[in-house]
Parts: sequence; C-alpha cells; structure tokens
Amino acid sequence: MKLYDVTDLAFRNLRESIFRNSLTTIGISVGVASLVAMLSLGIGLQQLASQRLEKSGLFDTVVASSKRDMRNFREAREEGPTPADSPSMDEAARRKIEQINGVVEAYPDIRFVTELRFDQKPHLTMVAGVPFSAKNNNDAFDGMQGRFFSSESSPEVILQKSFAEELLGMAPKQGIDDRNIADLAKPLVGKELTMRYAERTTSPSSGSSSSETGAPQGAAEGSAYSVVSREQSLKIVGVTDLDPDSMRGAARARVFLPLKLLQALHVMPESRDASANGTPTYGSLSVRVANPNQVPAVEDAIKKMGFSAFSLVDATKSVRQFFAVLDGFLAIFGSLALAVASIGIVNTLVMAILERRREIGIMKALGASDADVRGLFFAEAGAMGLVGGALGVTMGWVIGRLINFGTNIYLARQHFPPAQIWSVPLWLVLGAVGFSLLVSLVSGLYPAARAARLDPVQALRYE
Amino acid sequence: METNQLNSLAIRTENVRRHYTMGETVVRAVDGISIDVRAGEFVALLGASGSGKSSLLNLVAGLDRPTSGAVVVHGNNLAALSRESLAKYRLHTVGMVFQSFNLIASMTLLENVELPLRFAEVDRGERSGLARQSLERVGLGGRLSHRPMELSGGEQQRASLARALINRPKLLLADEPTGNLDSRTGTEIMELIRNINQTLGMTVLMVTHEQALAEKYAGRMLHLADGKLVEDVQLGAIR
Repeated sequence: MKLYDVTDLAFRNLRESIFRNSLTTIGISVGVASLVAMLSLGIGLQQLASQRLEKSGLFDTVVASSKRDMRNFREAREEGPTPADSPSMDEAARRKIEQINGVVEAYPDIRFVTELRFDQKPHLTMVAGVPFSAKNNNDAFDGMQGRFFSSESSPEVILQKSFAEELLGMAPKQGIDDRNIADLAKPLVGKELTMRYAERTTSPSSGSSSSETGAPQGAAEGSAYSVVSREQSLKIVGVTDLDPDSMRGAARARVFLPLKLLQALHVMPESRDASANGTPTYGSLSVRVANPNQVPAVEDAIKKMGFSAFSLVDATKSVRQFFAVLDGFLAIFGSLALAVASIGIVNTLVMAILERRREIGIMKALGASDADVRGLFFAEAGAMGLVGGALGVTMGWVIGRLINFGTNIYLARQHFPPAQIWSVPLWLVLGAVGFSLLVSLVSGLYPAARAARLDPVQALRYE
Repeated sequence: METNQLNSLAIRTENVRRHYTMGETVVRAVDGISIDVRAGEFVALLGASGSGKSSLLNLVAGLDRPTSGAVVVHGNNLAALSRESLAKYRLHTVGMVFQSFNLIASMTLLENVELPLRFAEVDRGERSGLARQSLERVGLGGRLSHRPMELSGGEQQRASLARALINRPKLLLADEPTGNLDSRTGTEIMELIRNINQTLGMTVLMVTHEQALAEKYAGRMLHLADGKLVEDVQLGAIR
C-alpha cells in the first residue's frame, strides 16, 4: 500500500473509535507535557544560572598587570620576560590588549581606600571605578535600587548594601543579611556624599629639574608632580544588593564611581613611567572577554605580551555539567508519564485488533499483505504519537509559562527581580514531538506485528 | 495437446490434506482430495456441514496452507509461496465472495470496492472510476456513497461481487453466496455469477449446500463428505 493510503486508512480507523483514541492521545500528550515542562524548567534554570555567572564578571574577566610591580613576588619557574623587562601597563598596552581576539574591552582598574563623609561622619572604605558598559553587562547592577550612573563621568556613586547599612548606622548583620534593599535605599538615594582624596598634579614647569612636594620613588628626571588634597561631592544614585566586585576578595570595593570620573580626578597613587613619556601607567587592567570559553586564550595572549594575567577557572563549565545531570534526571521523571502513556497505546491497539479482527481478515482475503496490515497499525500508533506529541508540547509550554508566572509573582513579593526560569527552545519542541512519535511507534511494534500475523481464516470466522 | 491441457488447467489439488489439532483429537477437514478444474469451469462444492468444502475453498483461495499435498492454481504451487507472494496471489488471481458479504461497515460501497485497488497500489485518480464501473456492472451505480448497513442483503452481496471482480481475477471463489439471502435475491446473485462466468470466462468455484442451486447454475458438482471427495458429477457441457 502507498504511504498516502496507509495514512488515510489509519486516520479513518482512528476516527471510528474517536473517544478511545482521543483518551489514548491525551495520555500521550500528558506524558509529553510533563517531559517538556520538566526539561523547559531545567533548561531555563541552566540558562539563568549561566547568564548570572557570565554576567557576574567572575568568569569573563582577566586581570592583567605589569610584572614590574611584582618583582619581589615572582615565582621561580614563571615563563616570559623577567619583571624588569616586562613592558609597562600604559595606554598603548591597554589598546593592544583590547585588540586581542575575543576581548570586548580593557579598562584600568582604579581602586583605593579613602574617606567618605556622610552626615558629618567619616567612613573609610575601598572605592572602585566602574566602566559605563557595566550598566548592561554586569548582573550586580541589574536588581539594584535607584539607577545606574547617568553618564560615564557624572559625579555619582552607587553603594554596596553593607556600606549603605554602615552609612545608616546599622550594625553589620551576621549570617544571611535579609534587610530589605529598598528600605536601605530610600533614605540614601539622592543624598550627597563627600569623597576626600589626594590628587596628583603634574608640575607645570616642563624640563625643570626641581621637584615640589615630593618626587616619587622610581620616577625619572623631568617628571615632577605634587599631591594636593581635594574633595569631590558625589550624589548617591543607587544601592546594590549583590557584590559587583566579588572577584577581588579582600580588596573588594563597597563604593562605586564612574571610571571616567576617577580617571579625570588623577587620584594618588597614580604612577607615571618615564619611558612612556609621562603617560600614566595602570596598576592593573580588567579585560572583559566576550565568551568565558575564550578566557584561557586571551590570558595566554596577554602573558605572551609580557604581562601577568589572572582569571578564575570557568565555573560555567561545571554549571553546565551539573545541569546536564539535572536535565537527565528531569527527563527521566518526565518520561515516566510517557512510558505509562505508551502502555496506553499498546492497550488501545491490542483492543483495536480484537475489535477489528474480522476487518483484518477481510483485508487479508482481499489481498492485503502482512506489511500492509502492519503498516496500518503502525501508522495509527504514529498518528496518535504525533498528535499527542504536538498537543503535549503545547500543554508543556503552557505549564512552563504558568510555573514561570507563579515564580515571578513570588519573586516580586520577595523584592527580587523577575527571572526567566523557563525556556522552550526549538530543539526541545522538535525533540519532544520526535520522541513521542518514536515511543508511539515502538509501542505499536507489538500490536502491529500481532495484527500482521493474524490467521485470515480464523479472523474471518470471528464475529 | 498435453501442454494445452495443462495450460487450460485452472486448479489442481494433489492429494491435499488439511488437518487441525483440537486438544488431543485431530480434525481431518480435508483428507486427501485430488481434483482438476479447467479454466472457465463453474464448479459447485457440495456437502453437509463439516464435510470440508469451505476448508478446501480456503486452501484454493490461499487463505490457508495444506498440511500435505499440493494446491496448484494457474501453475503456482500455493504451498511453496511465501506469505508475501500468497498475499499477491489473493490480490491479483482470486476474487472472493462470502456468505456474510464481509463488507467493511465504516466504509461506503465505493470505498469498499476501492479497497483492493489500494492494496494493488493503483493510482488514486484511476481508482474511483474503476470502482464506479464495477458497481455499475452489478447494478449499484446509484448507491455509491451508501454504507453497507443501509442496503439490502442482495445489494450487499452484489457490492461484494463488484469488489471481488475489481482486480480482474482469474478465479471467483464463492462461499455460500446465497446463504444469507431469500430465494429471489439468491437467484439474482446466481444469475450474476453465471453471467460473469460466461461473459468473462472466469473460473468459478462455489461452496453451497443447496443441490438444486448447483444443478441449475454449475457445470460440475463435487460432493464432499468427511474431508473426502465422494462424487464428481459433470452437468453437461462446460458453460
């Protein structure tokens, strides 16, 4: 029989016992729906976790610095030039690093401990510059209260939660800090804060051998500077719950300023290198890489340039591994319902054979081959699988959406930003329908073979 | 001459047996029957219930396989055919009508008659025309879209005949074709079968227990009892 005829007859037969076949098909769709719902949640959570990790800046950032600053810390077997031969980390080096394949941006890492006055009280803490690009790619600023800097050098400041607590005179909490970030932000956002810092100014007389307040150690002749104590008033624009600077460990900052603003302030200790004609050199650069997978390559490239480079091991790899296992378990649980549904298919088709025994006998008497009869039952199983699969994917999609919706209501109540914990990629849709078809066809194997083997004489005798 | 005779031989059974085991007893449904039926003959198989006439018909139809002996139809030894080839044989060489018509209830007459064409993989475009013609030949041109249950017994048997003839078989096998019909419609069906036998030259092998019917329409009567051929009666000229 031609495929068209097999399909046509199969659908005709399915329509004949529409109620029973619909129940079986719904059984399959429930199985597929549970599989899709489970996997869509697994995939969604994986994507969320990977995104968070990637956006945390922990695994897509390489810290590059000149080896000159580490001449006393050099490890015996470290490769590359000796610290003395290491090039200095100046603007030219920064541009060169920025051109390495896979690098999104390289910006100087400016951080220092300074005094901030708020409400007439001094607070000493670590201040760090944040590039304006962090607005979109650093997750820590995603769920913050208030807003990000209005421009790349505006005199504004974002506080880390613990510093906000300090400003408000709250004792630091032990264990999990469950203070509501919104309550902390309310009295602070919009207020002014004064930062005291030491500015390094270049001596106006060029070529003069006399130096004013102090000549820095290692500074060459002709580059004289003075240090002036200055104040900068800053407007608090945001308070962040998460720790944008978590990679820095003990050196992590709790107050963040626009990087361009800090660069313009020429805060001490800023060093200048004579060989670079008095252009500033940077203590270290943060090099942001497009994809965490490219981190090792970028790290190698930076090392080849003679700098030292440091990055955290790509933890997204182990996250992916964890989710692969989780998805496997979810798929097994999801498939259980489909396994039950497949028994339903076997049952329905075996019942159909009993009911249509005589019909099978007639078809055989008229010249239907074993393959024709087998194909017919196979097609019926396949049709139920296909329809059930399509229905199931739709149901799974709706269930996933509902779970996502419910979760986001809960997250909103807990003052967390909304999250997409559910994802149905195209491969899952096609895979689920394909799997449903496969399970149905496998379920149809036994009934189809049984129908094909039916003895026509016996079948015709059956009333 | 010998070759010509063989060529014109439609059915030959050689000491054919069909034994069933039911529990511990062996039922000898067909027990060593040897017959020759020439092409174009109209042969009636007669006998009491359980005499083995339907079992013999099933063997010739390729629905069943003999326990021993051979059934040769138009040169094909059915016992030696594979399941696949036997299905092809039933599709192209044999047309069957049954006592209970055996039309598929969920299909219209046209669809029922089209069914063997589907198995023969005839193109969709041609099928409907062929089925229509076949139904018109048995006088059911106006009932194409009716379901079997909407028709009288005689009409159903005529539809069943139309279906049996759709693939232009060489052999028409009829198992009590008038068994479920009143005598008037029974006669109509028998006239139709005789007409097919005479105009198309189709070999007809018919199982019946009505001797009068056999004498009126058949050219030859084979009497069976306990699975054995007991009498072979020629009824005049081959029709």
